[in-house]
Amino acid sequence: MIEVNNLHKGFGGVKVLKGISTTFLPGKTSLIIGESGSGKTVFLKSLIGLHAPEDGTISFDGRINTKFTQKEKQQWRQEIGMVFQGSALFDSQTVEDNVMFPLKMFTAKMHEEMLERVNFVLKRVNLENSNHKLPAELSGGMQKRVAIARAIVMNPKYLFCDEPNSGLDPRTAIVIDQLIQEITDEYQITTVINTHDMNSVMEIGEKIVFLKNGRKAWEGTSQDVFKTDNEAVVDFVYSSNLFKKVREAYLNEKK
Amino acid sequence: MNYLEHTGKYFIMLGRVFKKPQRTKIFYEFFIKEIEDLGLKSLGIIMFISFFIGGVIALQTALNLDNPFIPKSLIGFAAKRSIILEFAPTFCSIILAGKVGSYITSSIGTMRVTEQIDALEVMGINALNQLVLPKVLATVLFYPFLISLGMFLGIFGGWLTGVLSGLFSGTDYIEGIQTDFNPFLLSYAIIKTVIFAFLIATVPSYHGYYVKGGSIAVGKASTQAVVWTTILIVITNYFLTQMLLT
Repeated sequence: MIEVNNLHKGFGGVKVLKGISTTFLPGKTSLIIGESGSGKTVFLKSLIGLHAPEDGTISFDGRINTKFTQKEKQQWRQEIGMVFQGSALFDSQTVEDNVMFPLKMFTAKMHEEMLERVNFVLKRVNLENSNHKLPAELSGGMQKRVAIARAIVMNPKYLFCDEPNSGLDPRTAIVIDQLIQEITDEYQITTVINTHDMNSVMEIGEKIVFLKNGRKAWEGTSQDVFKTDNEAVVDFVYSSNLFKKVREAYLNEKK
Repeated sequence: MNYLEHTGKYFIMLGRVFKKPQRTKIFYEFFIKEIEDLGLKSLGIIMFISFFIGGVIALQTALNLDNPFIPKSLIGFAAKRSIILEFAPTFCSIILAGKVGSYITSSIGTMRVTEQIDALEVMGINALNQLVLPKVLATVLFYPFLISLGMFLGIFGGWLTGVLSGLFSGTDYIEGIQTDFNPFLLSYAIIKTVIFAFLIATVPSYHGYYVKGGSIAVGKASTQAVVWTTILIVITNYFLTQMLLT
């Protein structure tokens, strides 16, 4: 479980996060949504420790990340899996090497054992027979799947994804969403996804945190999104006519 | 950001670079790759340029020493001195600053803007140590060989020019090379090369690591890296010459 308490962060005098508090549960897919510039990426980067909070705390199963010793921090890092927006695969390494990299760095396993684990996670993300391809030889969706495979290869307790669907066609985006949700459920990972994709909100949003101007403006589930009267959420989520109609249909059905 | 801030940030970066590698085996793999990318792949250009510049130095010296009272062996002597003292260590290092420096900045800069460095840091890896230290060791250990090869080929190019053009004889040239040979000059050249190699690896790494923005920013950083590395090589060369030879 990740507990965020009164998180503040700014850059050069500009406040980006203004006292965010929330909780992310294991086995649940939590989504952070909000307009561009609302502080989503800074929030996510603060969660993974790339930005140190100015004030407030983030605790991982009761352990506050800013109070870690060097050794504890190293241990905590190995419990984290991260899927970056652009996949962030190492260009010069093959798919197999990319996925094997954390194992090589942090385990003392033999090559055969590591290869077995790599093949297992690649199979889990439906990407067999691509071991020796370079990232440049893969489609965007395949790169995302390699990034997910690399993120879960160490059996993480916490999985973070920064806009995992950006640049993907709707069908591939759904496949990636379902894959993340399945993995979250299967391994009881605490998953936090930063997204703009309203399909993801509806499909896999077991918890949704809506940020506006660096503050948490709303939180709930994908079902709550239909019912909410929060104007900011309604404006943001139902900005497309299609979603407006879906919401109207849902509300009419409820009446 | 002012120069003082950059200098401070550069030294802070060095402090993070020179740490014990987290995994020796992976570090060794990276080091071997850097030897290939930064060293072996520069062999061709250094050999080519050294050979022809050595020829031109000998040719220019021969054409300007037309007084019959000056012995022809002086051509070999002057070519040897110019090549060992300045051409091979300084000129070749400036060429390497252009070729290797831009490569280092663009590769690290691209890793920065595509979040590959963030990915390393999220995994708990000291990205500077992982990416920069192998480069520093590869250049510092390999460039003395590269520059020594440049010296040899430059002197050989001078000899071949004389033989082919008929401006001086090979015997006179070899006599000049052997005249007043001072082994310290070789040490001086190697000391300079090691320091220049350090600059060639670290200054472009600094520009690449701290780049902000996208591909245009990476391009600008590469240019800046080459310019600053060249400037630092030239300034360092002046001070080293004064310290070691006067």
